[in-house]
Amino acid sequence: MRHSPITVLAVASGGGHWEQLMLLRPAMTPYAVRYATTEPAMAAQHGIGDAERLPDCNQNRPLQSALCALAAMQLVLKIRPQVVLSTGAAPGFFCILAGRMIGARTLWIDSVANGEQLSMCGKLSKIFAHECWTQWEDVAASTGARYRGAVL
Amino acid sequence: MILVTVGMQLGFDRLIAAMDALAPKLGMPVIAQTGQGTYRPQHMDARAKIAPDEFETLVQQSRLIVSHAGIGTVLTAARFVRPIILMPRRAALGEHRNDHQLATVANLAGRPGILVAMDEAALAPTIAAGLALENWGAVQSSTARGLHTALAAFIENRPR
Repeated sequence: MRHSPITVLAVASGGGHWEQLMLLRPAMTPYAVRYATTEPAMAAQHGIGDAERLPDCNQNRPLQSALCALAAMQLVLKIRPQVVLSTGAAPGFFCILAGRMIGARTLWIDSVANGEQLSMCGKLSKIFAHECWTQWEDVAASTGARYRGAVL
Repeated sequence: MILVTVGMQLGFDRLIAAMDALAPKLGMPVIAQTGQGTYRPQHMDARAKIAPDEFETLVQQSRLIVSHAGIGTVLTAARFVRPIILMPRRAALGEHRNDHQLATVANLAGRPGILVAMDEAALAPTIAAGLALENWGAVQSSTARGLHTALAAFIENRPR
């Protein structure tokens, strides 16, 4: 019996978060991956012309964050992924929350830039995502997040 | 061309001055983003800030990057497969609020395409080693291999 490939929603904001997602891309080629980002032009530069757009937001802008959370829910309901993963930042976290509501398995990979402690969304993901990974062994030891390697 | 960067936010004159002294002997142009430093280079094409788009173009044109131990620059170097030399900022010299860049270089040293110069005295031999690197771009670090394997296992919901 042939199974259709696992549907993955992979989310990263522009900049370093997106760079890290792209470094993970080769590991995801066997799956049906849909990408979402705050900067689709950046995705297009990497040859991903059909990336979904999410509004940017951060913890200091509550209204923007609410809009972003709604957009994340809409996106997850449209794609119906089996797996939601994000390398940051807040828009990716909202997709993880939305993913949990539809029964997707969810993974937060905290940025390799966070070598001293988890990001705010990383700390929240320890509670709300199925798994939260740090890219630093020391951070894993001090926070209880898992260490599975790093993009570099 | 060798591209030197200390980011845009903080100065790092110890690295900029050392690279300025080395520049005439390197046999190729050196371009530097000097951030908020006060040292005025004589032998490099130096600018306080380089816009992100132009910076990426310069990375693509470079043979080697010499940088403070900032993760952003390391990611950009990885994206364009350019070797990078990292020299850590030191809190004791007022170069950063703490010594997290020491932890960064300790963690990244030895990964493909990444070399570390612990101080300015180590720069010249490390630059020579960086320019001599060959065929490292196809090498995947053991840490990246581990992360890729774990990611596939997570997606497939396989026990680890």
